[in-house]
Amino acid sequence: MTLHTLPALGPNKKLKLPKEMERKLPNGLTVIAIRRPAVPLVELRLWIPFGRAHLARGAMLSQTLFSGTDTMSMVEIAAALQSVGGGLSAGLGPDRLLVSGNGLVTGLDRILELLAEVLGGAAYPGDEVATERERLADGIQVAQSQPSHLARSALLKRMYGKHPYATQTPDVEQVRAVRPAQLRALHAERVRPDEAILVLVGDLQPGKALDAAERALGRWTGGGKQVKLPPAPALTPAPLLVVDRPDSVQSSLRMALPAVGRTHPDHAALQLANLVFGGYFSSRWVENIREDKGYTYGPHSLVEHAIAGSALVVAAEVATEVTGPAMLETVYELGRLASLPPKEDELEQARQYALGTLQLGMSTQAGLAGLASTYAGFGLRLEFLAEYSARLAAVTRDEVAAAAATYLAPSRAVTVVLGDAGRIEAPLAALAPVAREDAQP
Amino acid sequence: MKIPATKYPVERFTLDNGLRVVLAPDRSAPVIGVAVVYDVGIRSEPEGRTGFAHLFEHLMFQGSENLEKLAHFRHVQGAGGSFNGSTHLDYTDYFETLPSNALERALFLEADRMRGPRLTEENLRNQVDVVKEEIRVNVLNRPYGGFPWLKLPPVMFDTFPNAHDGYGSFVDLESATVADAAEFFQRYYACGNAVLAVAGDLDVSAATELIERHFGDVPARPAPTLPDFAEPDLTAERRESYTDRLAPLPAVAAAWRVPDPINDFAAYLPYVVLAEVLTDGDASRLVERLVLRDRTVTSIGGYLGFMGEPFEVRDPTALLLQAHLPPGGDVDKVLRTVDEELDRLAADGLTPGELARTQARMATHLLRDTDAVLGRALEMAVLEQQRGEPGLLNELPRLVAEVTEEQVRVAAATLRPQRRASVEVIAGGAK
Repeated sequence: MTLHTLPALGPNKKLKLPKEMERKLPNGLTVIAIRRPAVPLVELRLWIPFGRAHLARGAMLSQTLFSGTDTMSMVEIAAALQSVGGGLSAGLGPDRLLVSGNGLVTGLDRILELLAEVLGGAAYPGDEVATERERLADGIQVAQSQPSHLARSALLKRMYGKHPYATQTPDVEQVRAVRPAQLRALHAERVRPDEAILVLVGDLQPGKALDAAERALGRWTGGGKQVKLPPAPALTPAPLLVVDRPDSVQSSLRMALPAVGRTHPDHAALQLANLVFGGYFSSRWVENIREDKGYTYGPHSLVEHAIAGSALVVAAEVATEVTGPAMLETVYELGRLASLPPKEDELEQARQYALGTLQLGMSTQAGLAGLASTYAGFGLRLEFLAEYSARLAAVTRDEVAAAAATYLAPSRAVTVVLGDAGRIEAPLAALAPVAREDAQP
Repeated sequence: MKIPATKYPVERFTLDNGLRVVLAPDRSAPVIGVAVVYDVGIRSEPEGRTGFAHLFEHLMFQGSENLEKLAHFRHVQGAGGSFNGSTHLDYTDYFETLPSNALERALFLEADRMRGPRLTEENLRNQVDVVKEEIRVNVLNRPYGGFPWLKLPPVMFDTFPNAHDGYGSFVDLESATVADAAEFFQRYYACGNAVLAVAGDLDVSAATELIERHFGDVPARPAPTLPDFAEPDLTAERRESYTDRLAPLPAVAAAWRVPDPINDFAAYLPYVVLAEVLTDGDASRLVERLVLRDRTVTSIGGYLGFMGEPFEVRDPTALLLQAHLPPGGDVDKVLRTVDEELDRLAADGLTPGELARTQARMATHLLRDTDAVLGRALEMAVLEQQRGEPGLLNELPRLVAEVTEEQVRVAAATLRPQRRASVEVIAGGAK
């Protein structure tokens, strides 16, 4: 009879940062090149600050940036990228326009040339803009039929009030009103190299990649005004908002709690407190409402960082008939951690998870590119990973308890539940004062 | 453009109990991916037990011989790793990715549940509830739920294994018993029916020794005979529609049978390339025609296999196209235009450079999918299980690049309306 016992872990391997180089070009563009030669590819991320941009125009710009220049059509650009195994696309967030892509590393020069072609000469041709306008309008309609989107929209309104973050999806009517001339104007004003950051990760020599980027993008110019977002307002306590979605077979629970940015002294402790609460599968909340009670499939809780502020967002889709009990358990688990310190082994488990996740996140080209780009957008570099690891390793149980008391207290939460109000309002009203509205796109 | 390749070394061996093992060392980052794949999937679940393969996947996480409920999750995450499992038409996978100092722990966890999960009434009822919530999130409470992967097979196929709903009906899920689960495990979760693959930061001889230590005493049970799921090709067009009460816009998906992906790989591969020629990016045939020129669809995608896994599926399978239409869009017109474009491709062939650029982009996608050690372990495990050829992963970019224009043209010529099954989503949520 063999005994089967859990093997001990081997020694932790030290976090090893990849080789990287950085250069600020005369036009203000920062270029960061990182070597990770695992596969013969390159990942590209270009972060362009875009806070406070007109929402519908910004969304349309991101959809039509690659629609053609004075010398190339949309199809020609796409075909030229494809020829070197490449692809580029743009996406809009509340803080930035992000151009993302990848390709065979032997095509890096060509991909950068095509990127420069578009950044310098995107023409926003009328026909292509008209096509994309309808596609975007249709896409928004589909999004507005998704419970997750509706719940998120309602939560953002509650969290941010009059701040620009309060609305992150434009109305269909606003999109239909966008004209090519407005896109050209927005491009001229905001798609500019100063304060933009280009990250290249892959099977490359960093010095040579910087030279290639400088050759291709050194002549990119453009300048308008610099735009700063006001700080996000603090969360304002309010009654639990029930958003009616008649006949919904599930309810979408959303809670926002206060949080701090990555460099704040409480940040590492807050991350660990969030993990213990609900930030990973082996958390109290997930073990409770999924593995014990079967109320839900994929509950999650995450510290979300934006330039103007951070927040902790708790989200679960639960069966309509258990909406009240699921909310009760959620408030209970938040309150329990805000009131009593976590156990030592719970904290160690969360700490190991946080540290391991950093190693895994850095182990692919795409992971590194995303991390480096996001960090750079917030003024940080990959070196911060070493500092963050050290902080995670050093956080004490008292610090986690203090962070939980400050940030996870359910009395500070802003709460929205989207679902069939006729069936869920009364059970929720038993737990907290409730207000009600109809689902709004 | 020269198509590059990866050169991951691959070691294969079989333990005395029949467990097949694949090792793919790569010491460039201190992480590992561990995958165990069992040769049972949706197509093998019994009639009256729709959704059982997936429900059983959940039960494999509920404790095992030496592990209490919740222990598996805690041990993986407490080592800094992530885990999951997924149920496919032809296989079910279980996997972890972790810092490499946790290799032995991951092997222990997988071996323990290969010996036997803890199948209890309480865990079964709990996971039936969880799976019902999963189905509500992914199918019932959202627009286009299960489209087209659950909606098109019953149009295209006639036999239960190929046609039924793999997520399962609530009635079938609720009637599942612990005895069903025990029998399912006994029959399909034999180590002779499994493949273990480990990729990443490992030493082959040390890892081999650990694998022998942890899996060597899993009792030998032979693999069940692989069933034959063959069905004849369609000889007349099949077309159905359904109303999705939440969908704001119409949609359509169409599928055509393709050659056997395993036993006729050379004939199959051109279809994989064809799907990309038709739909990959703004310069592809159908995007250019339907989205950009005609504006009859807002998006279109094409892929092989109902779950979009061209190299991890057995016969019978299909090439699928799926498109979302603008308000009031005309599905018939879309299908007619697709036919027209396929005719044009079959008659006139490709334009200069069209095939090469598609193949270059496909190489990027293939290489990118293997960059994560976990992706590599999962794909190699299935390639071993279905083909005995995990090293095929290194060859795919080159093989895709060797597909000729003539082969793509011939493949396009077979996608005739009379061989087509399609399903239309009527927008019940249109405003």
